[in-house]
Amino acid sequence: MSNSVRVILPAHLRALARVQGEVRVDVEGEVTQRAVLDALEAEFPMLLGTIRDRTTARRRPFVRFYACENDLSHEEPEAPLPERVARGEEPFLVVGAMAGG
Amino acid sequence: MGSTRVLVGTRKGAFRLISDERRTEWTVDGPHFPGWEIYHVKGSPVNPDRLYASQTSAWFGQVIQRSDDGGASWGTVGNDFSYEGEVGEHQWYDGSLRPWAFTRVWHLEPSRHDAETVYAGVEDAALFRSTDGGRQWNELSSLRQHGTGPQWQPGAGGMCLHTILEHPTDTDRLYVAISAAGAFRTSDGARSWQAINKGLRSGEIPDQDSEVGHCVHRIDMHPDHPDVLYMQKHWDVMRSDDAGDSWQEVSGNLPSDFGFPIVVHAHEPNTVYVVPITSDSHHFPPDGRLRVYRSRAGGDEWEELTTGLPQQHCYVNVLRDAMAVDTHESCGIYFGTTGGQVYASKDSGDTWSPIVRDLPAVLSVEVQTLP
Repeated sequence: MSNSVRVILPAHLRALARVQGEVRVDVEGEVTQRAVLDALEAEFPMLLGTIRDRTTARRRPFVRFYACENDLSHEEPEAPLPERVARGEEPFLVVGAMAGG
Repeated sequence: MGSTRVLVGTRKGAFRLISDERRTEWTVDGPHFPGWEIYHVKGSPVNPDRLYASQTSAWFGQVIQRSDDGGASWGTVGNDFSYEGEVGEHQWYDGSLRPWAFTRVWHLEPSRHDAETVYAGVEDAALFRSTDGGRQWNELSSLRQHGTGPQWQPGAGGMCLHTILEHPTDTDRLYVAISAAGAFRTSDGARSWQAINKGLRSGEIPDQDSEVGHCVHRIDMHPDHPDVLYMQKHWDVMRSDDAGDSWQEVSGNLPSDFGFPIVVHAHEPNTVYVVPITSDSHHFPPDGRLRVYRSRAGGDEWEELTTGLPQQHCYVNVLRDAMAVDTHESCGIYFGTTGGQVYASKDSGDTWSPIVRDLPAVLSVEVQTLP
């Protein structure tokens, strides 16, 4: 069974992927952070390495993951995402960490 | 009449500056990849429509872009820069050992022999090559596995491989330079490498004439004299007449021998250009006067070139990849500054004028001379 998961990318990655607004990816099996990102990178291979390190597959340090008003950045990649994300009711947000100066 | 295309990488995007051979009127095209750091943009000498750009971000990592229409449109290619074999360790600032870790591509060098071959110099220092137009990258790991590798250490800007020079006829010979390790040469197609730092003396390291550890900022050569190399080191301008086997200082009468870029005139192999910078803690020109220095004698005797350049209150820097020459009959010289100006001279440096004044900080300048 596959789930259609909504993903919101930061502006720079939307430009790189040449998409506007949010995207939907089909996730087979359990909807985890890793499964969503695998599906996202399969659909948009130009995003490989921009969210997760190519070698270690770890989240890049200045990228955050939010959903349902929670910061999921430090969750295990294999942990299930919230049900509302799996059902497509809430988006999974990929966010560039705040910076200023 | 030929045309001129200047490729500019900045802190916030890439730009193309386009003119004809007169180089009087310029069209400014960009920013491409707005908001991203563009460390380097360079065209293939074999196919000038083939360009590569290193697009990088502290947030989103490394992207390589390729254009096949001279930079009018772009598409991503491969960005997997995985070190080959055992990763190994190098010196860190605190004297500890730290595993090699890829950060970004500083320099892209399209081969002068083959349009599909391109080299990438990366941080942490390593050399990669693609033979399929940038889709797949393979490390030439014998360089990083040089016996001195564990002694290499980052300069303040990171441990970057920033200079890649191909011999014009001998496809087995390459020169590279690393901050802060020094210069290296292969004569067997990157199967093995020699450190070529004899004659360099660096006061910043405990053994001033050590085999490695020198903060080389850039090297250039003229294709007609491939055994003659010119180097801007952290401090000192150096010259080698034997393909790097030995170096002699040629700083001569420069007001400061600290600086970043060094380039050789397109038609005069003994004519060399540098931009003196006050010091490693004062990254601006001496006395607030932006001056290019030219030697027509292969170094030692330098003349200041100031016509058209700001001679007061100028406190910009010119970075190592931010100077280039065209090959028009009257050789053009170009450089970009951290203040966002790109200056051009169409008369070998005698006079200068800005093409643009207010770009983001310029990281790199390359120029293509087109038919």
